[in-house]
Amino acid sequence: MIPNTKPNTYREVIDCADIKPTIPGAAEAILKHSGVNINLCLHCRCCAGGCPFTAAMDYLPNQVIRLIQFDLIEEALQSKTIWTCVACNTCSAQCPMAIDIPAAMDTLRQLAIQHNIPIAEPNILAFHQLIKGSIERYGRTHKAEIMLRYKLKTRDYFSDMLTGLRMFVNHKLEVIPSRVNDRTALNNILSAHR
Amino acid sequence: MKNIDMTMTTTSKYSYFPGCSLATTAKENNASLIGFFKRMGIELDELPDWNCCGSSSIHCIDTNLSIMLAARNLALAPAGMPLLVACPNCLLRLKTAQLKIAEDKELRAQYEQNLGRPFDPDLKIYHVFDLLDQIGRNGFANRIIKRLDGLRVAAYYGCMLSRPPALRHEKRHNLLMENILEQTGAQSVQWSNASRCCGTFLSVVHPELVTTMVNDIHLAASAAGADCIVTACAMCHLNLEVRCALPSPVPILHFSELLALSVGDPKPDKWFSRHLIDPLPLFRSKIMKKDTRKV
Repeated sequence: MIPNTKPNTYREVIDCADIKPTIPGAAEAILKHSGVNINLCLHCRCCAGGCPFTAAMDYLPNQVIRLIQFDLIEEALQSKTIWTCVACNTCSAQCPMAIDIPAAMDTLRQLAIQHNIPIAEPNILAFHQLIKGSIERYGRTHKAEIMLRYKLKTRDYFSDMLTGLRMFVNHKLEVIPSRVNDRTALNNILSAHR
Repeated sequence: MKNIDMTMTTTSKYSYFPGCSLATTAKENNASLIGFFKRMGIELDELPDWNCCGSSSIHCIDTNLSIMLAARNLALAPAGMPLLVACPNCLLRLKTAQLKIAEDKELRAQYEQNLGRPFDPDLKIYHVFDLLDQIGRNGFANRIIKRLDGLRVAAYYGCMLSRPPALRHEKRHNLLMENILEQTGAQSVQWSNASRCCGTFLSVVHPELVTTMVNDIHLAASAAGADCIVTACAMCHLNLEVRCALPSPVPILHFSELLALSVGDPKPDKWFSRHLIDPLPLFRSKIMKKDTRKV
């Protein structure tokens, strides 16, 4: 048995009675989109034991996989877990079945966006979209602007003021963005993903 | 499956992908890295007009876009010259893109249409560690000008030793930082948090969560008796500096800074002024007083 050293914030028992599958064949969809076969999972919980972020998750990584194996995809797509995952690969490096869990999470996040599922971590999605916006504008990420826009978007103006100031003083936040000059290929790529 | 080439092509010239972090927030990382390689006789040719690899964000919301953004950089790489990547995350994005495009006809067609040139599945993509591994084995020890005797370092790898399953046969560089730094006279400590993730973008969205993790990393390094933590990734460096809420944090050094310093780069003051946790007092007490040369 895996000793549970983490605060028990995730659900130990999933009550499936009220959850109705709405997008059947989720495991196949993940296999098709990311090439990851989540049906290989034998729930040894190595991923859950290694994941550094379970404290901020509602389901453990393998529980998300279990939901999909039961075709309870909507519950998985509404979870915090799929957004909290930062793809550090700690889980997939430990997985005895070599399941690329972060790649499966990528698919789940994208399915949640596609199917207009309520996003459990809207600020994380907002951050990702700001990175995309920065790449659209400059071809590279411009941290100072991303941070300012994030503050405006989340209406959180005062936290981290001191940190921002320290970063600015130590030249960690550039005012002028570093950018791509020849945008021909970049525009080709971006135009397909507006 | 593609055969994995375990031997590196030895050359003295590489095309070089610094990535957004090294080009902006971590300029000191970039400058010290380029300076170190120059002193080792290796020339880095920055990839002209490179773009962001998609970072930790784009693959979350658009897999195809993340592959194509990385692919534009692959298309910019001059043929026949290995591409050296400084950031562990950029490396993953570029390698994943290369692997996916090589396996998928549709993606290859998309590549050729968007980028107007044939795809090269044999482009060699190396991380700085692949090159350091070779340098560490031959020729580094007798190039050391400034020894780091007595400096106790906690080598921090973050998530860079963890790979997605598709790349699991690639060489992993466990203990590389320890082995190389010990050649300079520095002592490495054994500690528990060397491969704990730094939190990446959660540092922005959930600062309280990342602060707890970063504090733990600092405390573990102090408990193991380290004077400083050495990082190999600019993102880790930033998070470990920005999110530490302890009264006396451990200075965080880029691995490249220590490397450049040990082969006699004279500019560390300039780099250290860009750190949020000032490493100068540590260096004054540990390194500089042993040497009459101005550091």
